[in-house]
This record gives sequence, C-alpha cells and structure tokens, in this order.
Amino acid sequence: MSNVLMTAPTVRARSSRPRLRVRRTSHARPTRSVLLTVLTALIGVYALIPLVWLLINATKTQPDLFSSFGLWFSGDFALWDNIVGVLTYDGGVFGRWFLNTLLYVVLGAGGATLLALLGGYGLAKFDFPGKRAVFAVVIGAVAVPGTALAVPTFLMFANMGLTNTPWSVIIPSLISPFGLYLMWTFATDAVPDEIIEAARIDGAGEARTFFQVCLPMMAPGIVTVLLFTVVATWNNYFLPLIMLRDPDWYPLTLGLNAWNAQATTAGGEAIFNLVIAGSLLTILPLVVAFLLLQRYWQSGLAAGSVKE
Amino acid sequence: MTIRHHRAVGAVAAAGALALALTACGSGSDGPSAAEDVTPEDVAAALEEGGDLLVWAWEPTLDKVVEEFEAEYPNVDVELANVGTGNDHYVALQNAIGAGSGVPDVAQMEYYALPQFSIAGSLADLAPFGASELDGTYSPGTWNAVTDGDAVYGLPMDSGPMALFYNAKTFEEAGVEVPATWDEFVEAARAIHEHDPNTYITADNGDAGFATSMIWQAGGHPFEVDGTDVTVNLADEGSTKFAETWQQLIDEGLLADVPGWSDEWFQGLGSGEIAALVTGAWMPANLESGAAPAAGDWRVAPMPQWTAGANETAENGGSSLAITEASEKKALAYGFLEYANAGDGVATRLEGGNFPATLADLTDEEFLAEEPEYFGGQKINEVLSASATGVVEGWQYLPYQVYANSVFPDTVGQAYTGSTPLTDALGAWQESIVSYGDEQGFTVSE
Amino acid sequence: MTTLASPPAVPKTARRMRRRSRWTGWGFVGPFMAVFALVFLAPIAYSLWLSLFQTQLVGGTSFVGLDNYARALSDPQFWAGVGRVTLFLLVQVPVMLGISLLVALALDSGRLYGRDFFRLTIFLPYAVPGVVAALMWGFMYGERFGLVGNFNDLLGTNIPDPLASTLVLPAIGNIVTWEFVGYNMLIFYSALRVVPTSLYEAAEIDGAGPWRVISAIKLPAIRGALVIATIFSIIGSFQLFNEPSILQPLSPNYISTHYTPNLYAYSLSFSGQQYNYSATVAIIMGVLTMLVAYVVQLRGMRKEA
Repeated sequence: MSNVLMTAPTVRARSSRPRLRVRRTSHARPTRSVLLTVLTALIGVYALIPLVWLLINATKTQPDLFSSFGLWFSGDFALWDNIVGVLTYDGGVFGRWFLNTLLYVVLGAGGATLLALLGGYGLAKFDFPGKRAVFAVVIGAVAVPGTALAVPTFLMFANMGLTNTPWSVIIPSLISPFGLYLMWTFATDAVPDEIIEAARIDGAGEARTFFQVCLPMMAPGIVTVLLFTVVATWNNYFLPLIMLRDPDWYPLTLGLNAWNAQATTAGGEAIFNLVIAGSLLTILPLVVAFLLLQRYWQSGLAAGSVKE
Repeated sequence: MTIRHHRAVGAVAAAGALALALTACGSGSDGPSAAEDVTPEDVAAALEEGGDLLVWAWEPTLDKVVEEFEAEYPNVDVELANVGTGNDHYVALQNAIGAGSGVPDVAQMEYYALPQFSIAGSLADLAPFGASELDGTYSPGTWNAVTDGDAVYGLPMDSGPMALFYNAKTFEEAGVEVPATWDEFVEAARAIHEHDPNTYITADNGDAGFATSMIWQAGGHPFEVDGTDVTVNLADEGSTKFAETWQQLIDEGLLADVPGWSDEWFQGLGSGEIAALVTGAWMPANLESGAAPAAGDWRVAPMPQWTAGANETAENGGSSLAITEASEKKALAYGFLEYANAGDGVATRLEGGNFPATLADLTDEEFLAEEPEYFGGQKINEVLSASATGVVEGWQYLPYQVYANSVFPDTVGQAYTGSTPLTDALGAWQESIVSYGDEQGFTVSE
Repeated sequence: MTTLASPPAVPKTARRMRRRSRWTGWGFVGPFMAVFALVFLAPIAYSLWLSLFQTQLVGGTSFVGLDNYARALSDPQFWAGVGRVTLFLLVQVPVMLGISLLVALALDSGRLYGRDFFRLTIFLPYAVPGVVAALMWGFMYGERFGLVGNFNDLLGTNIPDPLASTLVLPAIGNIVTWEFVGYNMLIFYSALRVVPTSLYEAAEIDGAGPWRVISAIKLPAIRGALVIATIFSIIGSFQLFNEPSILQPLSPNYISTHYTPNLYAYSLSFSGQQYNYSATVAIIMGVLTMLVAYVVQLRGMRKEA
C-alpha cells in the first residue's frame, strides 16, 4: 500500500470520549491464557520470519549467501566482517547516508509532527472560515495517486531550484495527513476546552496557551504521530529517487538500492552480503527508536489520561 | 553498462510540459554545435583552461579514470555522480532535461537507449569536435550504434559481443558436447535437463535485450529508422528463426523460469543448475563476483550459430558516453570523453574489468593472452574478441527502445508463461510498438 | 466531501471562542495547509492542466480537451487494473484489518504472556524499507532455489510458484498484510487503550463475559478508528504500487506494466513519456477512490447511529 508523496498511508483514530480515565490496570487483572498467547505468537512468527532471514543472512559471506539454505546459518560467521564492510565500503559512504537519513528524519518527521500538531489543535479548538473544507481537501488530495504526481512535483521543484537539495526530500515529508487527523481527534479528547478558557481568562495569548498549557497534554499523541512519521521518512524511497541525483545526499534506502543494482552492472562487484548487512543496520535504529518511543508513548498515554 | 534493470518499469520519465519536439533528425548536419568545427586545439585549450564538469554514469571503472584525468589536467574538476543504474539514470536525465536545470555535461548511454535521446535533440553531435576521425577506432558494432549518418552522438565505452558462457562441469556430468549451432543447443538443452531435472541449459523468462540480440544475430532487421520514419517488422526471417527455435525450449520446459539478476539466478549460476548463458562479453566480471562457488567450472565458447561454421554474432548491452546538448562546456566535455574512451582511460577501465570497444585492445596480444583462473585458465578473450569481429551489421534500435523494452514482458513475456506462441507474442509486441509510435507522432509502417 | 472525515464535531465551546477572532484557527492550520498546497494541491492542479493536453515526441504539445479522459474511460488496460485492485481490496483489506483487530484485542485483553514483545515484533515489518522487503520476499517466494523450493524439496510437497499467474495477487496481498498488520494493530490498540474504565466497571457489575465486553463496549468504542483505518486502507489498495513494483522484476510476465492503475500511471509517465495521459489516469483514480471512501464513510457512520 503506498503513497509516495504522503508520509503515512494508514490511520488510526480515537473514539471521541470527552474524558479519559486511568486505565484499569490497577485492579481486576485477567488471568493469562496460553492458548491466546500461542495464537498471537503465530502472527508474531509470521511477522518475524523475513526478519529472521535478514538476520541470518547478514552473517554470511557473499558466496555462502547463494549456496546455503536461507533460514539457517552456514559457513563462516561473517556478521562482523559484513558490518565492517558496510561501514567502510566506498570510502565509508554508508555513514554519510546514515547522517543524511538522520537529517531527513529530524527535519522531515519532526516538522511533519509539528505541522500536524498545530493543524490538529487548530481544527479541534477553533472555529474558522473554511474549516469544514480543510479535511475534505486533505483526504481528497490524498486519494490521488502520488506516483503520477511525481513528475509535476519534480518540475515545480526544479523551477524553484530545490531539486538535488535536501529540501526536495524534506519539504514533501512535512505533510502527514494521517498525523493531522490523529492530532485533531487527540486534541479534541485530551485538551479540555475549560482549561483553554481558563488560560485565556488569565490573559495568556493563544500561542502561550498552546505551548504552555495544551502541549504537555498532547504529548502521547505527539509521540504516536512522531513514530509513524519517523518510520515513513526513514523508509522514504521514491521521492528521493526522483529528486536527488547526488549520491552524497542519498538516504540509506537509495544508497542500499544503488548497492543492490551494482551487481547488475558489468564489472560491478556483487555485494549482496553488504546490502543485507546494511539493511539490518538500517532497520536497527528504527527498532531502537520504537522501543524508546514505546515506553514514552505508554507512560505518556497514561499521563495524558490522568489530567483532567 | 547495465544488462538489465532492477527497477521494474522501463525508463525515461516524462519531460514535463516541455515538448521534446524533434529538432534535427537524422543527419545532424544543422545542429547548433555544428555551426563551426572545433579543432583539437580548442579542446586542448579547454582542458588547459579547466573548469567543472558534471558526469552522470554508473560504470564503476570511471572512478579511477576520473582520478587520473584530474591528475593529468589539474584545472579540470570532474564531478562523477551515480544517479542510478540504467532506468533510474534515464529517468533522472530526462527529468533534468525537461526541467532545463541540473543537466549533466556528460552522460552514460547504453547503446539501445542512445537513439531515444539523440533523436529528441538532447545529445550533442560530436562530429564537429573531430569524433568522426575516430571511425575505425572502435568495433563496427559499437561505432554503428553511436552514429547516425554523419553525426556521432557518443563515444563507445565498452562492448558486449555475445558468446556462450557455460559450466563445463555440468556439461561433462551430463555427457553433453558444447553446442556450436542453435540446433545443437536445443539438443543439449534436452540432454542436460534429462540428465538432471533440476538443471537447465539456461535461464530465460523473457528479456528484451536478449531477444533483440538473438534476432540481430539471426539476421533480422525488425526495426528500421530513418529520421521519424519507423518500420517495424517482428515477423521477418530473423525474428521467425529465433521464435521457432526458442519455442521448442519453452514448450519442452527446458528454460529455467528465473529472472535474470535475481538472487535465484545467481544461485543457479553458482550451483551449476543454470548451465549456460548466451550473453555479452562483459559477463566474466559478474560471474566471478556473483557466482563465486562455481569458480573454475565456467568456460567460454563462441555463440551458437544458425549456420554451422559461420561466425555471426550480435552485441548485447554495452554503453557509451555522450555529451548533452544542454552542456555549456562541450569542448571540455569532449576532452574528457576522448580521454576516457579513446585515450589513457581505456587501459584503466580494462584493468577494472571492462570489455573493450576499441579495436586496438580487442587485438592486443597481452589482452588475448590473459588466462583468468575463474575460467580454468582458458584464454577467454580470444573467444570474446573473435565474437566482436562477427557482429552482424546493419542493426538499428527504435528511437523509443526504452519504452518498447518496458512493455516486452506485457507482450512477448506471455509466450514464456505458455499462454501464447512466441510468434504471436512478437506480433503483440509489434502492435504495442506501432501504436505507441503513432501516438508519439512517428510515421510508423509495418 | 465534508462528511468524509468526521472527527469529533465542534461543539459549543468553539462557538464561544469565535468571538475572540474568527481567524485565529488559521494561525494554527495555516502552516500545514501552506506546505500541503505546495506539495499536494499545486501538483494536482498542474496535473489537471496537463490532462487537457497531448505531447508527442514528434510534433510537440497540443490542446486536446477531454480526449484523454475519453480514452481512459474506454481503456481496457486501465479498467483491468481497477478491477484487480477492487478484488484486492475486497479480500485483503478485511483479512488484514481482521487480523489487526484480533491481535489488538488480544493485546488489550491483558491475557497474553509477553504482551510488549508481541506488540513490538508484530509492528516491526512496518519498519522494513521496501528495498529490503524486496530482497527478503524475493528469497521467500523463490520456487526453485528459494524458501518455497526448499520447502518442496524437504517435505515433498508441491507448492506452486507464488509468483506465477493466479498466485501473484495473493502473494502481493501477503506482503501488504505482513507490512501493515502491525501498523493497524497499533492504531486499534491505542484506541482501545483509551476506552474509559468506567464502562468496564459497569460491565463487570453486569457480569458480562469477555465476548460481550468486546462486542458491546470495545468495538463500538473504537468504531471511529475502524472506519478511518478502513478508509485509508481503501486508499492504499487503490493506490497499490510499491509491492507489485518491487515484485515485478521477479515476475515480469505476470505483473504487467498496467497491473494496477497506479503502476499504469507510473509506467505511462516514466517509461512512455505519456505524462498527459498518466495525469488523466491519476485524476480518474483519485475521483474513484474518493467516491468509494465516501460511501464507506456514510455506511460506517450510519451504523453508528
């Protein structure tokens, strides 16, 4: 499922309950079920098998890769060599790609989250001319397949002198329609109107009310949106492919693809082992980020619901 | 030089709102760059004066060439960018040309893609720079591919005269002789598969580059181009010869249904289960790195012939370097082209594993005497060079071959799934080619 | 289209605030909409304009009015693609959302061992870049030398090549499901997490069993999430592109250049230079998608009533 220009293709929403309450974790913990765990584990295995393949094959040398059973270790354990290979190949360009990706994620996903946050808050807490049209326009535009818009977008960006610069990747990443929707519903739920009113009566300006009073309450929503936009930006492929020409600006996905394509070039060295180990290294930061965000997201969720 | 692209769809993006109206077709005698001839002194002066040069290429050996070039001409600063392999590269180039900004001075061009850019007026005619004098420097097949009448649109970088690469061990085990004709090839295919049902003589699930090269070798001229007049005939004698022979292999299930360049393909090449490949002379380097487990087993034989004892071959793959019409430093760019593809750069690239397009290197004693271990010490370059001399003349690609190749699986590919005979499938391909040509304003006849 | 997304209605408090300034809201929404206009609306407008012209390699550009639309409406390749994604939509979306929902309910039930572990592992595939997924699935689906092949050799089974003919669409569906089950699961799960405790307490007092709690409390509570997930999944299905395009090199004869409408638009634009027609296809697809999403929205909301 995909949309190239849009960062987050699917969605979540929240039921519109006026108040959130502390979760029932403190009492009446249900008994654990082995059967249910086994059934869920099946789905877990389904999700993991390809990743296990990746992990196992990252330990293989280039020749072993093509001559051994894919789901078991074989030959020399070359994980470390492969990782060193990834980091040093072609003058350590992988590191550069990593930093580029980081740049795109920090500015792109960070910016997308900020814009969605502001927009969602504005939609949830203000009435203004054209409001009803906003989300309809957003959903409508999202329905147009992005791949076909790639060329018009490229030409526009070229005219603005943005192509082949980091901006050509960052600017389109700034839009997350799903993030907007999420923040909208979240702001509606999590920020009571009374608190905003109270702040205003105290004489706080709109900006101050937002940043000092409402922002903390929206933290869990922000983390969730951030998680999705980070993943989307991290894995962004099609857009940079169109926009960037200088390998020095490539994100990891484009770089890995270039390595992968290298084997199809006469005289090109097949480096599938590096592609696979590089893929593993590409996924790892996301896993770590998810783990970290998850903790925050969990506690943030609870914290958000306590406040009333 | 790409042999086949991983990105699914053929290349060349839209040129945006800019019409790539054909400016000068055919002769190229009235292009802007042809207004006055540039002397070798002008080129030398430009090299001396220096400047920045943007080169888009994915050929890995160019890295070193650029390094040495910059050492020789310290005032020139070459920026070598790999914007993608094959399709991705053409998409980026077409986009840049359409946008009118960020166009490189020099671009790598596969032979099959060159007409598409030259006929659209995107490439500079190099004849005024003295490129015509290089006639005779390159193998006829490659020179023919970069020239159109008197115009020269690129300098050949490498070439891919075809040969039969085969796994000698698999052939021995099956007790099969190396085929010298296509009839023998079909026989060998049967014998090998019968000996071991997991083993196939070759892998092919439909590849436009391969099919056109086969038709080329068989003497077919399915595409004839004269300016904007295009004639398409995929039912000519050469095409039919190929179709009938290949049909037997398809019908009897003698081809491994494995897409080229996939990991399965490399596995098959490494394990000996794909016993042979009929492909371009650039293949050795790829086998060495991609099919390492079969080191010592592979050998090279001449391409199977339609007539026993003949030496008729075709080119497969290979690419050139071209200068874009949008470049403002054409003289300087030509200086680089000459260095890389006719000068000292050639030796550097050959060291890096390129197969030469230059006649002098194709007949070089030392080159011919090489005995790579991977091929059991066989003097493979003798076989490959001999193939270069046998390339059938007169072949032309379509001025929109990149598109045509992209719809090859939609049409001809259907024959490989057994749903339609190959001759009909070629007819369907022809239909697509004709209707696209009509739509794009070419005068197409069948 | 205004009812399409029905995030919480704007209640009376907003009306009270209007007095302050009618335009303050735009101060917050403005930045988003400005960037949105640049990267979505402008290219769409440009495409609309492009769709009225025809550009030839030979002959340049000419105004053709609605010819491109007429052509698309009678283009069998386009409609075959639409049919294919519709079939895909009808099968894959329910399966994927069903699994997502079940896993989310299981996680939320508190009856699982290792809940956090499952939540992480099931979400992980979403974090895998497409390029990497292509490598992995290329291997998994390999009939001759790949996992399916290994499987057949090992067990003497005869699983047919997943990348051949009739199985390609399910093979694609499997990848999409694999990628997005965790993603949707997380959406449902987080919606479930904020169901007010008071409702459960009430149910407990009533002595409702777990199934009753699910059907009477949990599902209605996350209906909004379900509807929006469905709408975005529909959009995703209609725009199916990445997965077929990734698998295409492995199965070129079965995944044609017009396999899905979006792939068709891409091929038209990127290999055929027919960007006028490509823009037309994209716009028609956009309109179709909006219509379907709208209908789903209406139905979803009606049930709620």
